[in-house]
Formats: sequence, structure tokens, C-alpha cells
Amino acid sequence: MEWEVVIGLETHTQLQTNTKIFSGAAIKYGAEPNTQACEVSIALPGVLPVLNKQAVHCAIKFGLAIHAEIAPRSVFARKNYFYPDLPKGYQISQFELPVVGKGAVTIQVPAVGKNAAYEKVINITRAHLEEDAGKSVHGAVEGMSGIDLNRAGTPLLEIVTEPDMRSAAEAVAYAKQLHELVQWIGICDGNMQEGSFRCDVNVSVRPKGTEKLGTRREIKNLNSFKFMQQAIEYETRWQIETLEDGGTIHQATVLFNPDTGETRAMRSKEEANDYRYFPDPDLLPLVITEADKALVLAEMPELPAAMKARFEAQYSLSAYDASALTTSRELADYFVAAVDAGADAKQAANWAMGSVSAKLNSEDKPISASPVSALQLAQLLKRISDNTISNNAAKQVFDAMWNAEGDAERDVDAIIAAKGLKQESDSGAIEAIIDEVLAANAAMVEEFKAGKEKAFNALVGQAMKASKGKANPAQVNDILKKKLTA
Amino acid sequence: MALSIEDIKKVAHLARIEVSDSDAATTLSKLTGILGLIEQMQAVDTTGIVPMSHSQDLSQRLREDVVTKTNLRDEFQKNAPALGNGSTEQAVSGGLYLVPKVIE
Repeated sequence: MEWEVVIGLETHTQLQTNTKIFSGAAIKYGAEPNTQACEVSIALPGVLPVLNKQAVHCAIKFGLAIHAEIAPRSVFARKNYFYPDLPKGYQISQFELPVVGKGAVTIQVPAVGKNAAYEKVINITRAHLEEDAGKSVHGAVEGMSGIDLNRAGTPLLEIVTEPDMRSAAEAVAYAKQLHELVQWIGICDGNMQEGSFRCDVNVSVRPKGTEKLGTRREIKNLNSFKFMQQAIEYETRWQIETLEDGGTIHQATVLFNPDTGETRAMRSKEEANDYRYFPDPDLLPLVITEADKALVLAEMPELPAAMKARFEAQYSLSAYDASALTTSRELADYFVAAVDAGADAKQAANWAMGSVSAKLNSEDKPISASPVSALQLAQLLKRISDNTISNNAAKQVFDAMWNAEGDAERDVDAIIAAKGLKQESDSGAIEAIIDEVLAANAAMVEEFKAGKEKAFNALVGQAMKASKGKANPAQVNDILKKKLTA
Repeated sequence: MALSIEDIKKVAHLARIEVSDSDAATTLSKLTGILGLIEQMQAVDTTGIVPMSHSQDLSQRLREDVVTKTNLRDEFQKNAPALGNGSTEQAVSGGLYLVPKVIE
């Protein structure tokens, strides 16, 4: 039987604020234990939550960015459960009336093997504001767990999708797109190691062509795209094998073990899902007006889709190039900086997405850490445009720039001179070379005249070789053609 | 809606409240009484009335995103209970609050 995997994601994004969602305590990462745990964070009796304006601002910004409905009135609710890192005995979240309603994110799923790249719309069910819990620290004191409540009360926006994804590749593409978007609009720093962006993935399988959803298992707390891919692939295989062996899938929460590459069910907490939500009497309804939305909209940067359309129009880029360049704001900024510094747009696009991205990927660096700046790339590309060097030579110069120790060693013209890569564009010199090649390869000339087109390319190759690769290939072509057809 | 002793036990467990068997019967009759009141209220026609989420008809005031809290950890930790098992030492260590070991 052919199976289909169905995936939905819940993502916790930590909002970029100075203070907690319900108190004026700082939220700096890595502070000494409990030094940012105020009386609200540790739930002393009598304290009351007061909602952070900036957290609401971030939620509105996200809602507007995904063209979702922003609830004119939303309600905070208590999610009740007992755990040592949750001293109140409940988490303040939103349940029936979340701040952000239905929206959508368009993802680009990259090509894999024979399958071409494609676009897909992933529907967002909702996004709601809530507070983070504290952290349990094990092993500090024998037989005890330590509780650090610095993180308790950190503002989160939980973003929930419809079960719209049909492969690990789609789920990862969505997570990456969302990761870029929240950074693009400046509501989350995207730091996955520090837990600013954490994904829970719901996975189920069903016979292909059927409508009814299978029983899902939820993979918790994935904080890397690589692990997400591995976890979904493993989980999908496991579910299919279990069903094909006549077994059944039970709803469960599972954890991914990066060392074994396997998922395993957590010890199911008894009645874990009975959270008995009810409206928090300590908080009034959150009212968001058209004026509030207009204020946020005024601060909204140009969004990827708008920038993509502009790149196509302004720089005559293909839809594919424009879309690839706008997958990250840093990449888009890099491209624009190179063009502004005088690089040809099409070339700048090719190089930014090609050599630059490939090097960055292989070294696992963000573009902000690129050894070759946009300005330096523009210098290089200008030397291709003015025929100083060929494309091939430019790749050598680029490698030298990439591996250079400092900016002083990244001077494009100095590298070209040092490596002797300057292209021969003097037509007299090229003609002399071609004359020699024609004289030495009379047989090939005869073949060409007898109608063998391939002989022409062979002659070009000989001429390039004779010039040690320095002759301008376009000129070699032109002159050779003239001489052969004269 | 009729409640059973099992419902009482379940709710008590979820709320981590200890209810003895003899108390459970009394609690059952009290809670059944409360549910009766709710049933009475549900008989009222509320068509077209927006459900309230708060008894006051006001909206949430927002706080500026400015740090106002200082580090009072040492003061707060004076409230920590004793470690127990004969120890009068407070259940804190290296700035952490200590609790019985939590196993995932």
C-alpha cells in the first residue's frame, strides 16, 4: 500500500522584548539562576500580571505579516497543570479567543533529486500569546532537582499550522520560512540553540487517497532543522512499519534522540491533556483597535513577497531568482548592497545564490559572517563586466578573496595581477594566436569546412589553451568565425 | 448532569487536593448542588449576548516594556522551605530552588 504522511507544526517563538510578558523582570539569556525571577515569576501570593505592550505589538506584527485576522478582542486563559518549573500551577495562555486568527505562509520547497522545486501555501490556524515556564536543572545536588525561574514568564507567540504538509521536506521548508519571517519582521532573534525558536511536529500517516487522518504522535522540542528532518523521516517510517505489521498507533508525545536518530515515546503523564482551561480572572480582555494595527503597520518592513515582486520589476530578475534572494533579509540586503556598489544585478544574484551561498553553507556561516563583503563582491563582478577577467578566472579570484587573511589581502585588482589572470582582449594579439592555431591544426579546419560543427569548438579550445586561458572567449569565437568563413 | 464519586476523585487528583472517602460523599453533594444552580442559569435565553470573560466591562491595560524589577533573589530565597529529612537547611543551592528529583 502507498502511504501519505500528514504533518502539522506548533512553533514557540520567543518575542523580542526587554521584559517578561506579565512583569517588568528582565529576560536576558544566560543570567545567574533566579536573578531575573521577580515576585510574579515565582508566583508569590497576591501578585498580579500586567500585560507587556511590546509583546502585543509583536503578535499584531506577525498577524499582519501573514495576512491573518487580528482579534479585536482576545482572552487570556489558565492552562492548569502541576510541574516544579511552573510555580503558579497554571500557565497563562490563550485558548478560545487567540490574538491572531487564520492566515497563510507561502513556502518554497527546494528541488530534491528528480523532483523540481515548488511553491506551496501552508495555512496558519492561529497564533496566541503565552508565558514560558522555568527550567529544571538536574545533577546539581544529589537526589534533588534545581529550579531556575529566570525563563518563567518569557513572552512566547505559539504559531499553529493546519495539517498541510506532506513530507519532511515541506515541514522543514515551512519551519525555515517561518524562522526567516519572524526575524525579518524583527519579533524574534531566531536563536535556536538558546531556545528562541522551538518546534513541535505532529506526524500521522494514512493510506494515500484517503481523507481520514491517522492517529498522530507529537515530536516535542526540535531545535534544529536537521534534527527535524531526521525525526520526521524516522517517525514516518516507524508509523508505516507499525501499521503494516498489523499494529496500531497510539496518540503520544515523543522525543527525538539525535545520537540514535530515533524517536521514542515519553512516559505518558496520567491525564496529561486535561488542562481545564478557563479565562484568567486576573486579566481583562485584550482589545486591539484599527488604530493599534495602523501603528504597527507603519513600522512593518517591506515583506518578502513585496520585495520579490520589486526585484523582478526593478532588476529584471526571474521569478525564481527573486524568490530565492528574498528567502532571507540578510541575503536580500547583501544582493542590494552589491548592486548599489555597481555590480550587474543578474550577476550579483547568481553569485550571491551560487558561490557565496555554497561557501557559507559548507562552512555553516550566516551571510553576515561572509569573508567577502557585498562591496568586495561588486568589485569582482565589475572586473567581469569590463572584460578584465573571465568568469572562470573570477572564480579563482573569489576563492582567494574568501581564504584571505584580511581585507587588505582581498583587493580584487591585486589578486588578478598576482595570479596573472588578466584576460587578453587585444584583438591583434588574439588574432596572432588564432593564426598559429589554424596553421597547426589544418586537419580540424578541413573537418569544419566539410560541415563538422564540433571541430569549431575544438579549435576554440586550442586557442584558449594557447593563450593559457587568458584570451577573452567571446572575442576568440568572433575572430575564429570570421577567419574560417572568410 | 449527574456526578459520580469517581468524578470527585479525578478532579481532586487533578487539583492535587486530598479528599478522603468520607469527605468525597459530602463534596459530591455540594458540587451537585452547584451544578444545579448552573443548570438553572442555562435555562435563561442568552441569544445575541456576547459571552463575558471578566466580570468588569473593561479592557486590559498595557505596561511599557521597561525593566522595573531588581534582583531580589536572596530576599525571596529566605522564604524557601527547609530541606526536610531532619535537615533544617533551606532548599536552595547555587541560586536554584531545590525540589524532590523530577524524572522525565
